Amino acid sequence: MIPARFDYDVAESVDHAIELLGAGGGDAKLLAGGHSLIPALKLRIARPAKLVDIGRLSDLSYVKDGGTHVAIGALTRHATVAADGTLAEHCPIVSFTAGQIGDPQVRHCGTLGGTLAHGDPASDMPAVMLALGADLVARGKGGERVIPATEFFTGVFETALAPDEVLVEARVPKLAGSTGWSYVKANRRAQDWATVGVAALVHRDNGSVAGASIGLVNMGGTPLRARAAEDALAGGKSAADAAMLVTDGAEPPSDHAGSSEYRAHLAQVMARRALEQALGD
Amino acid sequence: MSATEEKTAYVGSPVKRREDRTLLTGRGTYVDNMAPVGTLSMFVVRSPYAHARVKAISLDAARGAEGVVAAFSAADLQGDWKAAMPCAWPVTEDMKNPPHYPLTDVARYQGDGVAVVLADTRAHAKDAAELVEVDWEPLDAVVDVATALEDGAPLAHPDLGTNECYVWRLDTDATGQAIDDAEVVVTRRYYQPRLIPNAMEPRAALAVPDPAGDVTLYSATQIPHILRLLVAATLGMSETKLRVVAPDVGGGFGSKLDVYAEELLAVALARRLDRPVKWTEERSENYVATIHGRDFVTEYTLAATKDGTITHCRAKVTAAMGAYLQLVTPGIPLLGAWIYAGPYAIPNYSVEFTGVFTNTTPTDAYRGAGRPEATYVIERTMDALAEELGIDRVELRRKNFIKEFPATMASGLTIDSGDYVASLDKLLEHLDLDALRAEQAKRRENGSERQLGIGFSTYNEMCGLAPSRILGAIRYAAGGWEQATIRYLPTGSVQVITGTSPHGQGHETSWAQIVADQLGCDIDAVEVLHGDTSVSHAGLDSYGSRSLAVGGVALCHAADKVIDKARQIVAHQLEVSADDLDYANGTFTVKGSPDKETTVAAAAWAAFAAHDLPDGMEPGLEATATYDPPNFSWPGGAHAAVVEVDTETGDARLVRYVAIDDVGTVVNPLIVDGQVHGGITQGISTALYEEGTYDETGSLVTANLVTYLVPSAAELPSFELDRTESRSPTNPLGVKGVGETGTIAAAPAVINAVLDAVSHLGVKDIQMPATPERVWRAIQEAKA
Repeated sequence: MIPARFDYDVAESVDHAIELLGAGGGDAKLLAGGHSLIPALKLRIARPAKLVDIGRLSDLSYVKDGGTHVAIGALTRHATVAADGTLAEHCPIVSFTAGQIGDPQVRHCGTLGGTLAHGDPASDMPAVMLALGADLVARGKGGERVIPATEFFTGVFETALAPDEVLVEARVPKLAGSTGWSYVKANRRAQDWATVGVAALVHRDNGSVAGASIGLVNMGGTPLRARAAEDALAGGKSAADAAMLVTDGAEPPSDHAGSSEYRAHLAQVMARRALEQALGD
Repeated sequence: MSATEEKTAYVGSPVKRREDRTLLTGRGTYVDNMAPVGTLSMFVVRSPYAHARVKAISLDAARGAEGVVAAFSAADLQGDWKAAMPCAWPVTEDMKNPPHYPLTDVARYQGDGVAVVLADTRAHAKDAAELVEVDWEPLDAVVDVATALEDGAPLAHPDLGTNECYVWRLDTDATGQAIDDAEVVVTRRYYQPRLIPNAMEPRAALAVPDPAGDVTLYSATQIPHILRLLVAATLGMSETKLRVVAPDVGGGFGSKLDVYAEELLAVALARRLDRPVKWTEERSENYVATIHGRDFVTEYTLAATKDGTITHCRAKVTAAMGAYLQLVTPGIPLLGAWIYAGPYAIPNYSVEFTGVFTNTTPTDAYRGAGRPEATYVIERTMDALAEELGIDRVELRRKNFIKEFPATMASGLTIDSGDYVASLDKLLEHLDLDALRAEQAKRRENGSERQLGIGFSTYNEMCGLAPSRILGAIRYAAGGWEQATIRYLPTGSVQVITGTSPHGQGHETSWAQIVADQLGCDIDAVEVLHGDTSVSHAGLDSYGSRSLAVGGVALCHAADKVIDKARQIVAHQLEVSADDLDYANGTFTVKGSPDKETTVAAAAWAAFAAHDLPDGMEPGLEATATYDPPNFSWPGGAHAAVVEVDTETGDARLVRYVAIDDVGTVVNPLIVDGQVHGGITQGISTALYEEGTYDETGSLVTANLVTYLVPSAAELPSFELDRTESRSPTNPLGVKGVGETGTIAAAPAVINAVLDAVSHLGVKDIQMPATPERVWRAIQEAKA
């Protein structure tokens, strides 16, 4: 399991990383926790000419209260996110989900920015960011820009990041106390990607459902919002009825973990359970 | 009185494994840790096709790449092989065994080697291997064992004109009644998935030549002795020129019980190039280049009277050999051939095995080898028969158990000892079946999403390979004896040399327990040496749960010989007759004069000094014993699985697993529990997780740890283990084997439990592994 030959640079700062990426001519990859990239290198599926190691940029590891939102540095490990008190108070779906990623080894190496920038539709956190309507902050040569999560995931392993941009922060909204949330997933083994995962947020107004936001894991080429189901729930449908609509517009893949047909069924079951949990039923 | 009848101190105690401090602190020495000066790394270029001819191959670019020292095609090395790769078990006279060599110009499975590249580093070798240009002519591939014998199926070996390797039968007809005339007949067809062994340490080989032309082969192998013999024979070397060392070996499960192409290549190329040659398997390579297991289609029939007395069993097995016959490939079904009646007294017995070639990685021994395949179909069909008869599943088993021992079965072999009723009773004590049944009834009534199922598997197995005469009678090329040497050193230390070759089993600890008890010395005074043919000159290695039941007994006999010699020395020195000496715990006393005593350790010094030995006695206190067992070893027991099935998603999770095993005398309960835990895990894994699958072109779909599901501790509950103990009367220790029992018993218990959880929904069968999608579909189909 030996990667193909690559050059290796250590970034001293974000700006240095951007400079190194630029010098890589579009064939450089950032190395953070390495839990997606290193296996891909070893299998020679990924053969970048250069790795830019940002693993030592400890100033990118933080969780900060940003007033209306919580800001999470891109190099914050999943285990740190999972244990963070600010998130537990203001946006618990993020810390809960971080605790569901892979196994302890993965959570202590893998980073929030890594799992988002990798753009894997089978990863847990992208669908949560989508459901939350998080803002993702990228920095490039021209400075910073904010990319809404809804515009960030553009294809299988593809994101809106430019080749010489670094994802530096995720900003997740503080949830109102009346917002119910859940993240449920089906997987065979703890360490597996979810066969299907569902992130659900239910917003209440005076006790009745005012709106819902549902993110789907592994139901298409990117993480998906289940708009039809969201509208149905907001329109007064039951969790069970709304959940049947999560497959609208989805293109569930077929693989070793399940056929497309099974995944579609599973998504409906998981969505119903997620909505029931979020509704506190 | 034999020393082994003495009250023991270490045997039976949970002595901590002396191996673990080194292994758990990362200071073990595995083959890949060794790097003699000048070592070349070898990389094998493998076929991406299941069946393809090499029309042309160019190694020029690879030879010119950085760090590359040499590269060879199949044709370049063909002259190095004096014989084809060995298969030691031609199960029938007319078995087809097309010759195959370490490299080929017609690939017959994905992963078949066609060239090698040798370079100064592994990275250079791998990079250069990508530069080897092969012009392939893809050929039709046969992949599915169930249809490989149909007319028009592609042929793995077109020259043979068939994919059939052999047909082997064993029939008895005790009562003369035809099976179809029985009152109740139940026939079921089962597929047992292809399994891909995943030892923690992948395979590795390092061949080091010396100027005299000798070669030392370090290999991650279970079989250093057999390997020496067969590598020497295949290369036309004198055995005296080859030393084989198995250093620390990180698991095997049968996958390192073979003579592999890479071992032969490493030795051949080390001789050619006069430099050390090392090959370390990549995890991805492990999936295609190391043997697989199972891949059996079995039609199994039980016939019974209406009152539940089973009269007949019949098995018709189609077993995938893969593309070639490896060391014991064709014999794997035979390792279960005598136990297709399980622990039940069934007078009429019939088995038929058809070995079939497919364009897949060769199969061979994988934990349980032949016996999990038998137990699975028996225990599944016992449940089906119970349902057909309207008799409780547990009671049907109890009613048909063999109850008197020794028991000669219809298949012809004799079980030396056992008590299947006792195991079952103990299982039921632990299980609290009534409470489980009540909970199950409640959930069924509530229509709960999570249904409960309880499954049973009562089993026996034959292991402790094996009586040489029987092996000869069933056409295995070698014997089944084992050898041990014990040297009592002058300073009171004891050196033990065993022909068994541990790769995780803890022989260094268990063997020391046995010897320390017998010689009455401290366990820390006993050193156990193994796994090096220059230290352990003779042995037949470790597999088939044989090490303790054969090698451990050889150890006992050697210790008896040491004590006998010491007795002669002591008698001479005390001027008494040897018969007048009592022996206990390392000390001889004169009968009637208990104050006159001397120790084996003192005799060892006397034997070393040799100042005053009986006339004609050779100096030194050392003995070797070679033991050929009179019978196989016959463990048995009763297992139960409790599962929860999510009927909406089909997800089946194990809630409890209770195992009662009877493995005879237990030398080290800690190690036995470990073996049982690991074995059960592999059985559960077969039932719920592991499945090697190829696509229709013969490309392996489950070629990594993401798609081939090996479970972790997170997926499993703690197992509830207990034992019954029927000493084996055939050996002085009373031991049986334990390495495979869990794997043999567990899979049917789990599948029976899954079916029990959803039987009220109308589900009758689910193929292993019971994936969520399979369970969900079975429920949907039953509803439809």
